[in-house]
Amino acid sequence: MNKILILFAHPRFEKSKTNRALLQNIGERQGVTLNDLYEQYPDFNIDIDREKELLMAHQVIIWQHPLYMYSAPALLKQWIDLVLEYGWAHGQDGNFLKNKIIFNTITTGGTREVYTPGGYNRFTIREFLVPFEQTAALCKMIYLPPFAVQGTHLLTGETLQHHVALYSALLDRLVTGDFNIKEMNKIEFINDWLLPETGLTKP
Amino acid sequence: MNNIFLHDALIYLAAAVVFVPIAKKLGMGSVLGYLLGGIIIGPFFLGFIGQEGKDIMHFAEFGVVMMLFLIGLELEPSNFWRMRNLVLGTGSVQFCTTTILIFAVFLFIGFSWQAALACGLALAMSSTAIVMQTLREKGLTKTESGKSSFAVLLFQDIAVIPILALLPLLAISAVHAPATGNITFLSGQPGWAQTLTVLGAVGLVILSGRLVMVPFLRFIARIHLRELFTAAALLIVIGTASIMMLVGLSPALGTFLAGVVLANSEFRHELESDIEPFKGILLGLFFISVGASINFSLIFSNPLMIAALVCGIVVIKAGVLFITGKLSRLSFDQNILFTLGLAQVGEFAFVLFAFISQLNILSARWTDMMMGVTAISMTLTPLLLLANERFIDPRCGTKDKKEKEADDIDVYNPVIIAGFGHFGSTLGRFLRANGISATILDNDSDRVELLRKMGFKVFYGDATRIDILKSAGADEAKVLIAAIDSPETNYDLVEKTKKLFPHLTVMVRAKSRLDAYELIDMGVKDIYRESLDTSVRLGIDVLTKLGVRKYAATRAGQNFIKYDEAAMPQLARHRHDQDTYIFNTREQIQLQEQLLTNDREVNPTLNDHAWDSDLVGNKFADDGSEH
Repeated sequence: MNKILILFAHPRFEKSKTNRALLQNIGERQGVTLNDLYEQYPDFNIDIDREKELLMAHQVIIWQHPLYMYSAPALLKQWIDLVLEYGWAHGQDGNFLKNKIIFNTITTGGTREVYTPGGYNRFTIREFLVPFEQTAALCKMIYLPPFAVQGTHLLTGETLQHHVALYSALLDRLVTGDFNIKEMNKIEFINDWLLPETGLTKP
Repeated sequence: MNNIFLHDALIYLAAAVVFVPIAKKLGMGSVLGYLLGGIIIGPFFLGFIGQEGKDIMHFAEFGVVMMLFLIGLELEPSNFWRMRNLVLGTGSVQFCTTTILIFAVFLFIGFSWQAALACGLALAMSSTAIVMQTLREKGLTKTESGKSSFAVLLFQDIAVIPILALLPLLAISAVHAPATGNITFLSGQPGWAQTLTVLGAVGLVILSGRLVMVPFLRFIARIHLRELFTAAALLIVIGTASIMMLVGLSPALGTFLAGVVLANSEFRHELESDIEPFKGILLGLFFISVGASINFSLIFSNPLMIAALVCGIVVIKAGVLFITGKLSRLSFDQNILFTLGLAQVGEFAFVLFAFISQLNILSARWTDMMMGVTAISMTLTPLLLLANERFIDPRCGTKDKKEKEADDIDVYNPVIIAGFGHFGSTLGRFLRANGISATILDNDSDRVELLRKMGFKVFYGDATRIDILKSAGADEAKVLIAAIDSPETNYDLVEKTKKLFPHLTVMVRAKSRLDAYELIDMGVKDIYRESLDTSVRLGIDVLTKLGVRKYAATRAGQNFIKYDEAAMPQLARHRHDQDTYIFNTREQIQLQEQLLTNDREVNPTLNDHAWDSDLVGNKFADDGSEH
């Protein structure tokens, strides 16, 4: 049994459609803790001790956020800067997060195709997420490929429900420990690993 | 104070205290309790009070007078405008049809047309006192039948004005024989002059309300003495009633008008709650005297006649009401309630019959009989409603439990702000800027006047009074903000709210730290010390002026507030450990000492290593690696 901590950062959650759907009924789910950062710290004054305790109590960490200007909203960066302290999360004796699993769940307005070397955004999602990947490595954590819901502007109800079902399946597998890290790391998006495994098909 | 007065007061109060609880326990409602109490202490049974029952009735009619004043107060013109269709439609259908039917029946029995019409008009009245009291006790005022009942009663109460004006015209043949020794300005005048007098008096009340009463109340309110305001309120009611009596008009009518005139002033709620207790007790007295004045010897000498009259009138009234209810599309069980609730003859009939007999339209014997019929029908109402509750409703009613949305007779806001001084007003402005409308309670009449001019919904009155909270919509609101300047008043308000409106989230302004401790002890969760944020903000600016970067200073301020608030509950508990009594100022100093010691032990900003790369830098320097 793994416990999952979702570090959720969305400054305009009230207007969000995709993230709201992804987080629907999340409170009733066994083994998942939602930490709504903008709700918790409207003044950006992060309670570091509280965050450390939360991290210690969970085995799987998810940075869930919309991709703003090719990165996370400011409060999540603030969280990374403040909570992942030297000597605790990294550095010689900073081993408190060692071997915990971490990855990004992101939503982007652009489709997967525009995030390619020849596309409008010129770089891939994995390239934009490099700072997160390396932060995880610095903290001796295991970084997994991102779960990405893309092209949110064009998302119809049916496709959105497909992503919601995939995410729900992912959380289930992570909680029960029914996953193979090596297999997962072979692919670019965790969504694609789930597709054949769960029997869910793209609509 | 003479013995007779004490003796009477003793009997009446004892009757109320004994019989009302019994009636309530038996599920009969207070009105029936009062009536039964009256019958039992009356001349026919125990005989504690004898023939003076009628005199007491005159005094007790004052309860009706006050009730009408209150009904008038509730008639804010905008409210009335919203209810106009209900009042004019339902009300006029009920009233006109009933009058015509009763008129026809009495004409058929052999009355003169004048007498039949007068009886029809008087008997068409229902009892506002009984119905409103019963509806309120059963919590039915907001239901469809409650609203229709109120509309019908309102129409009747207003209709009394033209009826009183018209009655003298029916008495053309009898003008020269004033019946009672009660000499007023009206008696002895020709019919047309009496009509003019009535209209003139009505105009006078309306004018003086606007030009005299409101400025007078403003003057009194500025003195800030609660009992003086109560006295002024009573003075207005009694003064108006006296003037009306002097002219020879119904005092109830006059005060009703005065109420209507004052309904639009900022004193509406304060007046309401000041008069309410007097009204309650006098209305009880009125019901007792109705019970006591039932002339059982007259009833027993013509039992069939009286029974036939009561049944006939109640059946006619109920029939008309049922059809009226159907026309205004009441559901079956609501309609039954409406029908049975209003089927009695009301207290205005006493007033009208007295006037009618004074005008010699009806013989004294018939007047007595009609008064008896009125009293009996009033006594029947609670019994009919009881029968409905026990037998009719459970069987025939189509009990749909779905809560109907209350009509927008009064729009309730989600937030109530008690106290609109410098604290509350900033808050109110902030909420308004964000599209949240708040109901404001304040007891400074000058401020209330200004705020009303600026379009705020402001009630003038003491927020710790439950009735005022109720009128401000405490039952419907979500949040109550206690922002009153005096901590003691805030405590009082918090305590009452927690007890009576437990659904409300109470957010409280605390003047000081000690004040906040008290509130913590009372179990309040949302406490806002008015000095905390401001002084810390000033402190942040001091740091900035001394060269600290603004963000660092701001973080220090945020952390200090967090630390300070987190320490509150513990310090509040610790406060009780000291077993010696300390004066307030001593306590303050001790408190400061305790805080300063605490700060030295846990410096709230000392452990802020955020973005501090010194440690990392040293480490790399030790390693000899480049940085």
